Amino acid sequence: MDHDVILIGGGLNGPGLGLALARAGLSVAVIDAQPARARAEAAFDGRAYALAIASKRLLTAIGVWPALAAEAQPMLKVVASDGRPGEGASPLRLTFDSAEIEEGPAGFMVEDRHLYAAFLDAMQRTPGLTHIPGTTVTGHEPGPAGVTVSLSDERQLSARMIAACDGRASPTAARAGIRRVGHAYGQTALVAAIAHERPHNGEAHQFFMPAGPLAILPLTGNRSSIVWSEREESARAIAALDDEGFLDLLRPRFGTFLGEISLAGPRFSYPLTLTLAERYVAPRLALVGDAAHGVHPIAGQGLNLGLRDVAALAEVLVNAHRRGEDIGAEDVLERYQSWRRFDATTLALGMDAVNGIFSNDNSLLRTGRDMGLGLVNRIAPLRRAFMRQAAGLTGQTAKLLAGQSL
Amino acid sequence: MSPTTVDPAEIAKFEAMAAEWWDVGGKFKPLHMMNPVRLDYICAQIAAEFGRDLTAPRPFEGLRLLDIGCGGGLLSEPMARLGATVVGADAAEGNIPVARLHAEQSGLTIDYRHTTAEALAEAGEAFDVVLAMEIVEHVADPQGFTTTCHDLLKPGGLMVMSTLNRTAKSFLAAIIGAEWVMRWLPKGTHDWQKFITPEELYGLIRTAGLDPVDRKGFVFNPVSWQWSVSERDLAVNYVTASVRR
Repeated sequence: MDHDVILIGGGLNGPGLGLALARAGLSVAVIDAQPARARAEAAFDGRAYALAIASKRLLTAIGVWPALAAEAQPMLKVVASDGRPGEGASPLRLTFDSAEIEEGPAGFMVEDRHLYAAFLDAMQRTPGLTHIPGTTVTGHEPGPAGVTVSLSDERQLSARMIAACDGRASPTAARAGIRRVGHAYGQTALVAAIAHERPHNGEAHQFFMPAGPLAILPLTGNRSSIVWSEREESARAIAALDDEGFLDLLRPRFGTFLGEISLAGPRFSYPLTLTLAERYVAPRLALVGDAAHGVHPIAGQGLNLGLRDVAALAEVLVNAHRRGEDIGAEDVLERYQSWRRFDATTLALGMDAVNGIFSNDNSLLRTGRDMGLGLVNRIAPLRRAFMRQAAGLTGQTAKLLAGQSL
Repeated sequence: MSPTTVDPAEIAKFEAMAAEWWDVGGKFKPLHMMNPVRLDYICAQIAAEFGRDLTAPRPFEGLRLLDIGCGGGLLSEPMARLGATVVGADAAEGNIPVARLHAEQSGLTIDYRHTTAEALAEAGEAFDVVLAMEIVEHVADPQGFTTTCHDLLKPGGLMVMSTLNRTAKSFLAAIIGAEWVMRWLPKGTHDWQKFITPEELYGLIRTAGLDPVDRKGFVFNPVSWQWSVSERDLAVNYVTASVRR
């Protein structure tokens, strides 16, 4: 065997899982389709993540956080409210203040280029981890004791198991015959970084608009990342506008609370789709992150959900390895599936329902959700439970999510 | 073969099941489900007795280990992977080729033998660790068997022995629950009369000349559907560690 585990996918979950396993003494390879330095040295491309506290703890436990801390913007307060463009936010709004829970900030905003650079540095410093950039996987063949992986450079590598961290279209899952269910929301997320006149004071805002939510998430300095969801046709039209036209449409939705706004990077648009794999495991294979469950990015839960998979799979594999089990055996992988599938599916369907309720201009629903938000706001324990769930602090906690090393 | 404590009727039952050993959803599902906690216990006891670091690669390197009643090798293979030099012994002949084939496929070197504990002791074999997991309740002479385990140990060697307690709860769980209701085990796999209480087992261990050093329960939680190690609940499955001074 060349390695204990081969991670297919060099995005964020692949390196994260690789680091967790290598630090616990397993031999791993991370197959990365991208050339190594490309993303790390890129200028800010507008992509950023809202890291939950549990995710930050995991990054600390795998040695990535120290390099990232200076570039991370704490989210001190998360404000969710219902609104219509031009009317401003509804007075019945839901306020999550991190002072209410003991765990500190509600989360951290980090830019993709900083997160990836931190992963890359950690990978290069970690013994037992082989990073193979600029290479794709063309096939894999499971056997009784291991699995053989074929690479685009004609090489073959063997391992006891593979983890597919290759995204929502996961070619690895498709090759293993794992079917997917899902649907398109008919919505598109417009993503961009915005520079603004006044400081955001670490506040994140989520405005629920009839066409879809607008999230304003604080970045370092006087900048915020926006995730603006619109119905497909309008999104297409907005994406086609020039920067000034885009800002003219954004201003009434964004509001004036941060002063004058301008673009601080290129604009992106992502069609919103939900995709769930029917199984998370196949012979000598486990699916991780979007490969298992691609969710609506409504609360920045995609990466957080992926890191919860990383924590669970790393713990299952390290425990199995240390008691001498075959880490690619069916019963070992099944432990991972039964740990994660319920949580991920519930969250995916939960976010789906939240999005459905809020993306609707029906006045009855609107009144109902205003009252609902007002009610949640008045009941402190319920609000705290809601915050903890959003911060990823509930459920059977994996050691890495509690900041403990394996 | 030398005079033996093996009960022929018991061997025949397991021989019929040999090919199914490694099917995790098959007849040995309960053993596969229980295996992680059994391994965790065994690993922790070996690490404590021989001062090994379980986070190190191949922590059991240099230890000679005997797995009595090895079956398809569910314990032998993990021990070999952790670096131990493993002899797997089973009195049921059919288990040996199954275990050998699987070890070969897994790239592991394990010395599987169709033999008995008594025959190994008579041949003067000596081990650092002797595993007798879920065996003593199946043998004809539990005291003779336990004494043989002692004889197979080097001074300072460790014996890990697990069995089923003879309680009302174990009758409900192991006979009614596992054999009749869940059909996890074929009816007649266990004879409740042959189950042994922890006090009786400590008696056997001490009479054999071993010092008991630890005992724990293995508890199945029907809600989480998982086995765990319990400090206090020894009412059904339990395990002991003892040392030859």
